[in-house]
Amino acid sequence: MKPISVEEAVAMIPSGASIMVGGFMGVGTPERLLDEVVRQQKAGLTLISNDAATPGKGVGKLFDAALVSRLTATHIGLNPKAQQQMLANQIAVDLIPQGTFVERIRAGGCGLGGVLTPTGVGTLVADGKRLIEVHGESFLLETALRAQFALVHAFLADYLGNLTYALTARNFNPVMAMAADTVIVTAEHIVPVGVIAPDHVVTPAPLVDYLIANG
Amino acid sequence: MDPQIIIARRVARELRSGNLVNLGIGIPTLVANYVPADLKVFFQSENGLIGTGPIPEQGMAHPLLTDAGGRPISALPGAATFDSAMSFGLIRGGHVDVTVLGGLQVDADGHLANWMIPGKMVPGMGGAMDLVSGARRVIVAMQHAAKGKSKIVAKCSLPLTSARPVDLVVTDLAVIGFARGKATLMETAPGVGVAEVMAVTEADLTIPGTVPEMKL
Repeated sequence: MKPISVEEAVAMIPSGASIMVGGFMGVGTPERLLDEVVRQQKAGLTLISNDAATPGKGVGKLFDAALVSRLTATHIGLNPKAQQQMLANQIAVDLIPQGTFVERIRAGGCGLGGVLTPTGVGTLVADGKRLIEVHGESFLLETALRAQFALVHAFLADYLGNLTYALTARNFNPVMAMAADTVIVTAEHIVPVGVIAPDHVVTPAPLVDYLIANG
Repeated sequence: MDPQIIIARRVARELRSGNLVNLGIGIPTLVANYVPADLKVFFQSENGLIGTGPIPEQGMAHPLLTDAGGRPISALPGAATFDSAMSFGLIRGGHVDVTVLGGLQVDADGHLANWMIPGKMVPGMGGAMDLVSGARRVIVAMQHAAKGKSKIVAKCSLPLTSARPVDLVVTDLAVIGFARGKATLMETAPGVGVAEVMAVTEADLTIPGTVPEMKL
């Protein structure tokens, strides 16, 4: 792990990059990184995020600034701007079930080609996908999902980059921290090594490439 | 009584001590208000919490503790938090005993449509498809009709949420079960007759010899 300023971190992300962003309706989202993505106007992004949050909050800021060109998400109904941009064909949107979304990312981070899920069998979600029978039950083959960058928000990070999360701000963060080429983390508190006990580390330090300095 | 409260009170009677329960948004959320105090039910919020409590008192909300809609909630003693892979493992893996979801249509075979209206409303399915596929028991809580049109239809015209049929539908007029794969009128709401329910239901209902009144 390398400590880095938020400006330097975002400068590494090219326009048109694929980014995974942690958070659920803006809770557990690395807001400082997103503010900087907007300031540096990184456009044409492929965004992988559970939802579109709401205007002005979380990944909602990326839609306010019209920086997203492709979106993979599970629910965008609470962000009218994302809806408008989808209906105007400004964004190509792939809406997928939430359990499938997180398992595809988990597969991407764990060296799997994909997962077999019963969710979506017999619905529009199954269109164009392989149906595989196992022990007499039907499953959809859902392929692994990765990104160039994962933008992750933790509660505690120690000087080495070990991470813990708080309450419902954990959500997709630890899963995404395994599924990108470069993992960039913001934390509410940066603490000395040892404050997080080994049993309480959720994301081990070697997974973290860059930790944004606080202050 | 308000139609939504009739539905929420009747659904609450389906919950048993020890159940792990996931409530959808809208009418299902109200169910938590009518669970008897002596019933020990665990409520899951799919953004990563078992043991959701009521809306926090003034000044007690925490920005990192919210429900799946992003609204502040509290956590009860014994609550547990986890990531989304665990949360949906619980849902898909059959560990959730009961899910209560809203509906746009339920058809005579028990199929549910509740996630999109093509060309009009395309918000995404969120967790709905996983919940219907994986929860042990699926209960739909919805108004019997919308704008004068029956929501209990012969066949869903909207895209299905799952190929798996639901177990029970509770409306402001009736309780409908699907025990033998066919919509069966189990109960009627207080003061509502069987003929009245049949008149406002598009789907063919099987009518048993006796249809008791809902207990609330």
